[in-house]
Amino acid sequence: MTPDEALVRYATRLGDNALVLGQRMIELVAASPELEEELANANFSLDYIGQARMFYTYAGEREGKGRDEDDFAFLRPEHEYRNLLLVEQPNGHFGDSTVRAVLFESFYVLLLDALTHCGDEGLAGIAARAVKEVRYHLKHSSQWLVRLGDGTEESHERVQESLNTLWRYTGEMFAADEIDDIVRDAFQGPDLEAIARQWRHAVTAIVKAATLDTPDDGWMASGGKEGRHSEHFGYLLADLQNMQRSYPGVTW
Amino acid sequence: MVATGFEREQILDWLSDVADPEIPVLTIMDLGIVRDVDCSDGVTVSLTPTYSGCPATEAIEASVVAALEDRGVADVRIKRVLSPPWTTDWISNEGREKLRIYGIAPPERRKRPIACPRCNSTTTERVSEFGSTACKASYKCLECLEPFEYFKCL
Repeated sequence: MTPDEALVRYATRLGDNALVLGQRMIELVAASPELEEELANANFSLDYIGQARMFYTYAGEREGKGRDEDDFAFLRPEHEYRNLLLVEQPNGHFGDSTVRAVLFESFYVLLLDALTHCGDEGLAGIAARAVKEVRYHLKHSSQWLVRLGDGTEESHERVQESLNTLWRYTGEMFAADEIDDIVRDAFQGPDLEAIARQWRHAVTAIVKAATLDTPDDGWMASGGKEGRHSEHFGYLLADLQNMQRSYPGVTW
Repeated sequence: MVATGFEREQILDWLSDVADPEIPVLTIMDLGIVRDVDCSDGVTVSLTPTYSGCPATEAIEASVVAALEDRGVADVRIKRVLSPPWTTDWISNEGREKLRIYGIAPPERRKRPIACPRCNSTTTERVSEFGSTACKASYKCLECLEPFEYFKCL
């Protein structure tokens, strides 16, 4: 794989994470515990979808085969999506969605921050835009984790269970593959080992503030980065791509 | 290179008529999202999006093209500039004052209490960090009891 090919795949993967989480969060609209959450989730979802558009557009430009953002989002089958398994996990109850957001956003914010210093101007520019938004999202999701964890006995128990269940999807974030390695070496991209250490430190602090226990590392699920998804993903994509599947080539 | 006969200053002046679709009292010049105007080959306007997911981005680009075409500029191109990212610090002082008169508390550059845009009292309370759009938070004035929006710092 050439450095340029790796960069295109890397940008696509970043777009996939953002789009899939954005799609999950938009599902929370009309299903949130209070009105402010409706607005927050809709706004966050817009940020993520906006980031996906920038990553896809950039991947298409660098690839040079004429693909645009819509081609990436609507015309790829399941196995060509390379998002982390964590972001495609169902919303579950509000504690599940909160934990998913905290675990991913505390990783994503570190990744974007590292990308702002990378040697590729295009990725660094998108990351500089996105990191400010995700810092804000993380502030919000962390506050909720503390409220739920340090809330009632029931909320504490349920959110601890969410944490225990979703923890198995965190290993994949730091498992560097060929694409991560090439982007690190050829473009001074993120060092996932360093990010793993920073992430653990940050997450442990939030979890502690929420009076919860950090789960032990056990078996870790993987496959999203290679296009092997959990069973939930097919349904998500069917919903997301419904218009293009029903009316191929439809435009506004 | 073909001179188009349009002056940069003239174009900037015309752009100061283009309103933001979500906060129409502000022009795109007040918002500080016009990064550059290049008249060396057609007219290229460089714009920067406020937020990644700002739904107004496309609408603003279309308004810029329409505003210049109305004035007879035939060859208008839009360039999106992402870096450095937009910050609320780029909102002009005039823009801040317009926001306040409109009823939206302008972003505070320094950490200090948010003043009510109606009665100026600084005895205010944040109701929610998330308002009607991504860029605003909901506040309440404890003096005049009116709810208001605050344009968040970014």
